[in-house]
Amino acid sequence: MPRIAIGQYYPANSPIHSLDPRFKLVCSFTFIIMLFFITSAPGYVVAACFIAVSIKVSTVPLSFILRSLRAIFILLLFTVALNMFFMPGGDLVFRLGFISVYTEGLSRAAMMGSRLILLIFSSSLLTLTTSPIDLTGAIEFVLTPLKKLRVPAAEIAMMMTIALRFIPTLVEEMDKIMKAQKARGADFETGGIVKKARSLIPLLIPLFISAFRRADELAMAMEARCYRPDAPRTRMKIMRLTQRDFAALGIAAAFFGLILATRYF
Amino acid sequence: MQHQTAAIECVGLGHTYSPGTPFAKAALSNITLNVGAGEFVGLIGHTGSGKSTLIQHFNALLQPTEGTIRIHGADIHADKATLRATRQNVGLVFQYPEHQLFEVSVYKDVSFGPENMGLGRDEVDARVRKALALVGIGADSFEKSPFELSGGQKRRVAIAGVLAMQPSVLILDEPTAGLDPRGRTTILSTIKNMHDELGITVVLVSHSMEDIAKYVSKIIVMHSGTIFKQGTREEVFADAKALENIGLDAPVVSRLFQELRAKGLDIPGTPFTTHEATQLLHQFLKN
Repeated sequence: MPRIAIGQYYPANSPIHSLDPRFKLVCSFTFIIMLFFITSAPGYVVAACFIAVSIKVSTVPLSFILRSLRAIFILLLFTVALNMFFMPGGDLVFRLGFISVYTEGLSRAAMMGSRLILLIFSSSLLTLTTSPIDLTGAIEFVLTPLKKLRVPAAEIAMMMTIALRFIPTLVEEMDKIMKAQKARGADFETGGIVKKARSLIPLLIPLFISAFRRADELAMAMEARCYRPDAPRTRMKIMRLTQRDFAALGIAAAFFGLILATRYF
Repeated sequence: MQHQTAAIECVGLGHTYSPGTPFAKAALSNITLNVGAGEFVGLIGHTGSGKSTLIQHFNALLQPTEGTIRIHGADIHADKATLRATRQNVGLVFQYPEHQLFEVSVYKDVSFGPENMGLGRDEVDARVRKALALVGIGADSFEKSPFELSGGQKRRVAIAGVLAMQPSVLILDEPTAGLDPRGRTTILSTIKNMHDELGITVVLVSHSMEDIAKYVSKIIVMHSGTIFKQGTREEVFADAKALENIGLDAPVVSRLFQELRAKGLDIPGTPFTTHEATQLLHQFLKN
């Protein structure tokens, strides 16, 4: 059975990994908001230092972090190019045909680019160092105040947990169905797009049927154990803030203070 | 029959999942076995003993990482063409085969296999009808959705889907799992009939010793990725203790007779099925 990675969690035993997931979630969210307060180069330097230190401490290989850039590469390219070429102001740097690049454009492009990169780095550091289940717990906690506004926080968290739990099961199931249909001469590899799409029918229909069957069985089993979504429940793993979290909070607050200082002083 | 070319022949076969990575796991090692054409062989072993991995080699779904496997004397991984031929020659019925049904009607689902073989319309039709007749599904169910059928019927339709490819070797992974006693008997006697009538080679994977003992002529016992024992049922079930040590049991009646003898009752013979046991007991009581 091939192992599959869920999300992009990088299991390791670093100080960042062992931080309270709620703290990590709130912290990276605050950091992202901070990024939009920065207006000058020193601010970006401080922010970049914060991320660099976090990555170093997390022991996650840099290649894993860089991989996350692939997803936004086109967006990044566009942002940088648009700002660079179409932002007049300042001195002219060079002109090439109808394209002219000004200093203002260059600095804007550099800022926007850094902002995007730092944004992606911080959010991928969160998902790389927090297991999906922990993250779900943290999201539930953050959503809790919204219960007053009738946002079903517990249900959303339960749905996410169930979805995560069943990914490996469904992958295994798909592997089995695929083999069974291959044994009946199905061909999933050759042919054009249309033929390939058609060849997925014998795979997807049984997979959907089994997913529905499992959902039905799970719902029945949960009801048999008196599951009520709105009932108050306790946790097996209680999240507790430790001294380590407070220390990290102090460091993060210092960095955030510095970032704000670069803007206002 | 046994002296003709073997239907399945493995020499030193081994399989390692994800080789060369930290997740590498040896599932099979040093499997050497021989299944003669027309034989009815039982493959038993505990969960995780490598049975399922082994049978997936028989129709080239998995490629051995060590050793060789020959089907009817031909190396199946020689090239693409033999691989295709092998998938048609060796029919593999997975556990819970009804989970692979997908078509709108029973008839269409069974024709999936033969159609993939590129056969003509008449040939497909003939094969589908024959396969469904073999498993006892009447023409009145041909246009039904396979999802309306009962559990036992679904399974028979799924088995027909493999039979329609007319394989010369049929491998069934736990074909009776999750069926009631009547369903079990129907499936097993259907398989037995096919073996007798069509003369095909059958490999039956099961952990019901009673089923195995009743139908097969040769037994292969797997344990943690290797062959623990192979031979006739007399040879394999003779040492009930050894089987017990690897988490398997000889058939209940065989054990009963062994216990009776241990208690000092001088009763001859070792039965494997209830029928044989009653006969032996009858004789013993008469004397």
